[in-house]
Amino acid sequence: MEDIVRYRIGGLLFRGFGLAVLLFLALPIVAIIPLSFTSGVELIYPVPSYSLRWYDDFFTRPEWLMSFRNSMIVGAAVTVLATIVGTLGALGLNRLSPAAQQVVSALIILPMAIPVVVAGVAFFYFYARLGLAGSFTGLILAHTTMAVPFVVISVRASLAGLNPDLARAAASLGAPPHRVFLRVVMPVILPGVLTGGLFAFAVSFDDVVIAMYLSGPEQITLPRQMFAGVRENISPTVLAASTMMVALSVVLMAATNILTKRARSLQAAAHRTD
Amino acid sequence: MALERALATGPSASRERAAFRLPRIGRSQFAAAGLLAPAVFATIVCLVIPLVMFLVRGVSNSEIVTALPTTIQSLQNWDGQNLPPDETFARLAEDLSVARTSGKLGELGRRMNIMVPGFRTLVMKTGTQMQTVPAEPRTALIEIDKRWGEPEVWQLLRQESGRWTDSYFLASIDLKRTPGGDIVQVSPDQKIFVGLFVRTFAISISVTVICLLIGYPAAYVLASASPKWVGLLLLLVLLPFWTSTLVRSTAWIVLLQNEGLINRTLRALGIIDGSLPLFANRFAVLVAMTHVLLPYMIMPIYAAMKAVPADQMRAAGSLGATPPRAFRRVYLPQTHAGVAAGSLLVFILALGYYVTPAIVGGPGDQMISYFIALFTNESLNWGLASALGTLLLLATTLFYVVFSRFGRSGAGAH
Repeated sequence: MEDIVRYRIGGLLFRGFGLAVLLFLALPIVAIIPLSFTSGVELIYPVPSYSLRWYDDFFTRPEWLMSFRNSMIVGAAVTVLATIVGTLGALGLNRLSPAAQQVVSALIILPMAIPVVVAGVAFFYFYARLGLAGSFTGLILAHTTMAVPFVVISVRASLAGLNPDLARAAASLGAPPHRVFLRVVMPVILPGVLTGGLFAFAVSFDDVVIAMYLSGPEQITLPRQMFAGVRENISPTVLAASTMMVALSVVLMAATNILTKRARSLQAAAHRTD
Repeated sequence: MALERALATGPSASRERAAFRLPRIGRSQFAAAGLLAPAVFATIVCLVIPLVMFLVRGVSNSEIVTALPTTIQSLQNWDGQNLPPDETFARLAEDLSVARTSGKLGELGRRMNIMVPGFRTLVMKTGTQMQTVPAEPRTALIEIDKRWGEPEVWQLLRQESGRWTDSYFLASIDLKRTPGGDIVQVSPDQKIFVGLFVRTFAISISVTVICLLIGYPAAYVLASASPKWVGLLLLLVLLPFWTSTLVRSTAWIVLLQNEGLINRTLRALGIIDGSLPLFANRFAVLVAMTHVLLPYMIMPIYAAMKAVPADQMRAAGSLGATPPRAFRRVYLPQTHAGVAAGSLLVFILALGYYVTPAIVGGPGDQMISYFIALFTNESLNWGLASALGTLLLLATTLFYVVFSRFGRSGAGAH
């Protein structure tokens, strides 16, 4: 009897500790959000009174505004490029023999395995010779290279939901290849393609290190601008920028969640017909 | 960062692929090649080639060969004793004069300064005075700087006269060559890099162990939560998962610095008088890196735990096992794959960390990546940066191979 009580308490402590760890994960992020709405200059609780003062500061200071705009431009371009290149790559991989798939996918996944500082230095070392360092082209190319594997992985996972019989049936009924792709393949892999695109945007939008090497004064991105600000002293404007980045992350997270659910139901549907 | 995100989701994705055999649409290998071309092109041209060029930089020694071609040739005839013949001095004077007009002097100076600190001024001073090649080159050069009269300077120059050099790699593990050509340890006050590697591994291992110890119970809470709560609890992991490393590290500054939230709160509560040293030290690095990497430990373990059938524990209990024993003998072994995958993932990612230690750590808490950035941004020692980068890349690749092996065998087991 005593043992049972002890096990119960042990189990509760174990779970309580686990729950505390989960709260520890979210707490620092949640803690900085109210501070960004302070009307004062000090980062302290209780917040004296709430205002949009530091958001106003963010959107009226040219350096913050420019970095925000740059991040959006680069992020959008990388999303489009990486989604196209990655989707084509995933479709191509799917046509290879299993042995060839392993070799080629190892090559395509490579950018994910390289420490980001090493990749950043290598990009700079090479792009500087081509006159691409300190240009949007260079930054977009580098981010795209880093983002493609995420799209490939995401689209390949969604290809599992494709019933090959449907594509074959459409072709045997006389549909030309492009129509088979648009009407049969695309609807199934679309959630995977879009998820890959969101990943690609996040890769670009989160990057500090590659931007550190490749962005000139005209291409400073938001994380790069924040990184410079954080090392000097932390102003409420930095927290306003952080809060907006968290908000964007929440949007990306919600969007991928919805897309993943859709992809699962599509996969389930495809395999019911098997 | 997103990179870690997909690495973390990688194993589960591959498991799904293993479950459903991939359909092959069409058989044309030409079409496959066409579809793959942009992705393969992007990786090879935009990353593999730059990477190889940068890594080759770690053994390349082009500056001296390019700037002092005839001097080096002439040095081959020198017996290495005393000073080289007058001829060599004349060649050096001529080479320096040419280098001055063609603008190669700065590069040569930077390279020589890496060999021996202070050689930049030696090269620049001598070079700028070589408008014309002097009639008595030996006396003229020694008059400009008496270091030209030391045989060791010439021995070093001859040693580094090849197209390739091992000096950067030797330097990256605190070794150097003497003028006589022997490999020796650098003097104790110059030893940085072996300690740096030890520190990088120590931080990475500590973070991995802490993540495992606190991540396992957290994953257990997720795996055993009722369906009503699991969504909300998952959100606690997914929010940091999707928030950028930079933002999360920034949050830790706000919490940990001397006038940060934690110190002020403790002071307001009357628990402490001054400030606890929570920031710009190893403690801050371990806390912030653990926080940033923890989701990559929790996710694979959670995935493994979800696959453990719930009635197994009940069966163990009804067969007389106490709860701790059932946990140890039935539950724990079935989550090993998740534990191994999560630990390797966290460890690999930690090895290459830059942003978090740079933001919350002190000078004594920086890891290899910091020094690679330092040598490329500030002191412009590309060779040493490349040697350090190669060693970091080797370590990462080694563990990545282990990781992917494990991921595959883990997928096969399901």
